[in-house]
Amino acid sequence: MIPDLGKYTDTVLWSYAASIGLLAALIVFSVMRGRKTRAEMEKIEQRMSRNG
Amino acid sequence: MSIAAKANALWEYANPRKFLATSERVMPFFWVTSITCIVVGLVWGFFFTPDDFRQGSTVKIIYLHVPAALMAINCWLMMLATSLVWLVRRHHVSALAARAAAPVGVVMTLIALITGAIWGQPMWGTWWEWDPRLTSFLILFLFYLGYIALWEAIEDSDTAADLTSVLCLVGSVFALLSRYAVNFWNQGLHQGASVMRAAAVTGADTEEKVSNVYFFPLLVCIIGFVFLFIALVLYRTGTEIRARRIKALLARERVSG
Repeated sequence: MIPDLGKYTDTVLWSYAASIGLLAALIVFSVMRGRKTRAEMEKIEQRMSRNG
Repeated sequence: MSIAAKANALWEYANPRKFLATSERVMPFFWVTSITCIVVGLVWGFFFTPDDFRQGSTVKIIYLHVPAALMAINCWLMMLATSLVWLVRRHHVSALAARAAAPVGVVMTLIALITGAIWGQPMWGTWWEWDPRLTSFLILFLFYLGYIALWEAIEDSDTAADLTSVLCLVGSVFALLSRYAVNFWNQGLHQGASVMRAAAVTGADTEEKVSNVYFFPLLVCIIGFVFLFIALVLYRTGTEIRARRIKALLARERVSG
């Protein structure tokens, strides 16, 4: 399934693993922080509207 | 609509509500297009392109190394533009967009440095060399870290935006240097531009250029990285706007008792 990368198999696969891992981590952390911040803001806005 | 009117319309996005509403409308397009282009480009490049006659299968690293390096530099230039808007027009959204872009830039720079080192080892016989382009890229990486640290270190957000904007101006020298270092100093291991060189495409110069077999999947990957950058910056700017609003609401709550 994986093409024959010859003697550079480790070189190529490590490059892909490191890059895709870093990109995935960036997306996951961004989305997690975004959701947390949005939920926190909505909670505070609701609390403030209840308290007038 | 005249150009002046169009330019004025652009300032509407300095309004956080307008920015959030518009960015949430366009973001799905950027997410879907970026992921699609990156997956298609990487699959195309990894599975369906031949090995290079000199570099063997390591040529497949180009599909990650070049787009990441390109975005590392352009991200800083985007931060420079938004920092200048902050310094001149004092629009908070522009300062927050620069702040939101920095972690994206740091990851792009890190990918470029890591893939460069992994690629360099079998090709140059070394993981690292104090070559002009490599060194200026490392300094750019340190500037990104310093920029993020400065935002975190200063409590008052306006002061933080002022100081980080100045840092961004200074760091721009290294962003440009990392792009043109090989042209300034004709030394070092890193090759000159071989992907996007108009003169090579038109035949005006005869220097080596990346073959079209590698260029087209690379172009798809570059488009994917650009769109991913836009999607991430829009999303993260939204988060920064909400974080700023939380701070303001909590301050208001404290004052009202």
